[in-house]
Amino acid sequence: MKQQIIVSGIGGQGVLFLTRVIAQVAVNRGMPVLTAETHGMAQRGGTVLSTVKVGDFASPLIRSGQADVGLLLWEANLQVHASLLKNSGVLLINSDTAEKGERIDASAIARDLGNAVLSNLVLLGLAVRRQALFCSAEECQAAIRQLAPAKFVEQNLAAFHKGLGSGDADSLTDR
Amino acid sequence: MMKELLMGNEAIACGLIEAGCQVATAYPGTPSTEILQAVIDRRDTAIEPLYSEWSVNEKVAFEVALAASYTGKRCAVVMKQVGLNVAADPFMRTAYIGVKGGMVTIVADDPGPHSSQNEQDTRLFCLQARVPVLDPVSPAEAKAMVSTAFELSEKYELNVVLRPTTRICHSRQNITPTSPLKLARVADFQRDPTRWAATPAFLPQLHRKLNASLEQIAVEPALQPRLIEGDGSCARTALVASGIAYSNLVDLIDDLGLSSKIDLYQVLMPYPLSPTFVRSLHENYDRVLILEETYPVIELQLAHAGAVGKQSGAVPREGELTPDIMHQVVAGFLGLPAPEEAPGERRGQRPSLCPGCPHRAAFYSIKQCFPKGIFPSDIGCYTLGMNLGAVNTVHCMGACISQGAGFYHAYQQDGDVPTIVVTIGDSTFFHAGIPALINAVIQQARIIVVILDNATTAMTGGQPVPHMGVAAGGQPTKAVAIEPLVRASGVEFLEVCDPYDKHAFEALLLQADAYIRSPEGGVAVLISRHGCVMDRKVLKSQESFLVTINDKCIGCRKCVDAFECPALLMDSDGNMALVNQDRCIGCGICLPVCPVDAIIKEKKS
Repeated sequence: MKQQIIVSGIGGQGVLFLTRVIAQVAVNRGMPVLTAETHGMAQRGGTVLSTVKVGDFASPLIRSGQADVGLLLWEANLQVHASLLKNSGVLLINSDTAEKGERIDASAIARDLGNAVLSNLVLLGLAVRRQALFCSAEECQAAIRQLAPAKFVEQNLAAFHKGLGSGDADSLTDR
Repeated sequence: MMKELLMGNEAIACGLIEAGCQVATAYPGTPSTEILQAVIDRRDTAIEPLYSEWSVNEKVAFEVALAASYTGKRCAVVMKQVGLNVAADPFMRTAYIGVKGGMVTIVADDPGPHSSQNEQDTRLFCLQARVPVLDPVSPAEAKAMVSTAFELSEKYELNVVLRPTTRICHSRQNITPTSPLKLARVADFQRDPTRWAATPAFLPQLHRKLNASLEQIAVEPALQPRLIEGDGSCARTALVASGIAYSNLVDLIDDLGLSSKIDLYQVLMPYPLSPTFVRSLHENYDRVLILEETYPVIELQLAHAGAVGKQSGAVPREGELTPDIMHQVVAGFLGLPAPEEAPGERRGQRPSLCPGCPHRAAFYSIKQCFPKGIFPSDIGCYTLGMNLGAVNTVHCMGACISQGAGFYHAYQQDGDVPTIVVTIGDSTFFHAGIPALINAVIQQARIIVVILDNATTAMTGGQPVPHMGVAAGGQPTKAVAIEPLVRASGVEFLEVCDPYDKHAFEALLLQADAYIRSPEGGVAVLISRHGCVMDRKVLKSQESFLVTINDKCIGCRKCVDAFECPALLMDSDGNMALVNQDRCIGCGICLPVCPVDAIIKEKKS
């Protein structure tokens, strides 16, 4: 199994955390994984991109037209990063407008949960629901539990479940 | 042990602890910062005493680690590529004098650059300094190379450089930690003035010894380039790469179905380059493609007539060798169909100072008070003051004060001097600002120096600064305050103000301007003091209001454009400004910016 994933957003949106959760799932499965992240100046609200490559790869970077999945937390980044996706790639976008691509107003959902930053895990939930990623909901939950600070674990899981269950926090058990 | 998902910088830190490093020093700088941070965070895994420090600058960091090595202990110093310029003086001499306990200098390069003032190549620096340098292709290899570097350093008693790049430092990979070595070394400095205090009389011999060692190092079996042999279908043709470019190349030729069809070399040690390798390339290949970041260091040393690379012009000389660029280059070299033109690089949204950042308030006031001023600034978050038009120059650590003085002397010759307002962060002030301030005072420059004191090294994630009295790891230490340093530098106008208090801050700026223009005037220093709002303690300690914009708004865009807070934007019709409540921290410092008082704040319920 090989999968190439991009996570795109702006500094402060939790792109790095979302990237780590996905990569941690691969680690927990014993699969090779590489990520590349944006640090430094761009983290001050500028456009940031993370890449995740799961499986037998040497480099963490992704060539144009090679990504299998794109998770976009900032809609305006479409014009910057969409070209990394394969024609058959799955694109999931955090947006409050209804245009092309699979969209969810993750920020609004996250705001209801108390913090707009949680939109990252809402979007992850949606990606798992659409079976776009190599991993299952249970695996993501385990990784979130491992990586989130103890006092935010439940809030993080709630955000993930919102994305997973289209707003129904209990739907995980029904799947 | 279990595999862990480690960032390249964390992997290097693990490598240091596992190799028995006992003294680790650094000055923070992207992309290197997390290395020392991870050493500090993981210090409990060390089995022998481990001293670490955030030094005041890279030169100091280098010299502290160097002397520790003289005692026979393993030590490391960490910096970003431009930090090596600051440490160049001790670094160059160390090549001749050598070390005792293993010394590894970790210099993180930033091809691109992503977060630096240039994209200089440390490998070329090493060529000129005559220092061996290792170039890892992955976080896992970076970790393994730490112990290789220590062993090499001790075998030849030389400083060795490990050169990761941004894509190694800030990549993550699953890596297995191993148990630390127990070296059981006791500090034992063997006095030898002919070496540790070598005068010119001893230097030719030390230089001769260095050159002899480099010849031996170049043929060290474990450091020879690694070959993945092709099946002969691309006869007398080879690909040569190092660092992340090698990893990109491996994935690319796999995608192109060329794995094991063409000879592929990984260069582990770009300097000194193996003469056996050079000879073999000259004898066995007619065409060689060389892929390396950022300067043609391997290519220069190869001097191969069939070399295709940066010198031949086939490989871009600037910027990162992204997988897309490498695809074009490799396709061109092998006569494969050219890939679709990758879309030109688009930068996306520019970074900004954070909502509520005290620097924004300071910059806005500076620009308001002196619309025609000249504004030299420096390295840090506050470089982003350029978005507010309050930063005209950014050069290198500490340069702003000397540049301010240079502007003054040049304008002063002609009589009419615009107000020169220099902005420098607290950490940068300690790093390289103090000599520049003393110089500006004694050379009688008349400038305003605003020290932006946010009580931390914010850009790199909040490392401690000397005036806070906290050492690496959080333990208390002596605090060295800014004010007495400024006074001792001969500054006679010194004021401190919170830039959130716009009225008071602007009054002091105008007073400072009157002072520098008065007969007895000189350098005026205004300390702009307010903690970084990325620090949760600061955020909790200040009142947060509900900030909104009412219908008095005339849509003039002043708050959006001139104040440039990321929490302020225009509505979809562009008629009115509005507040993005997800990003607003409720500081309310935007209120006085509005010409019609349409921005209001209320107590939060």
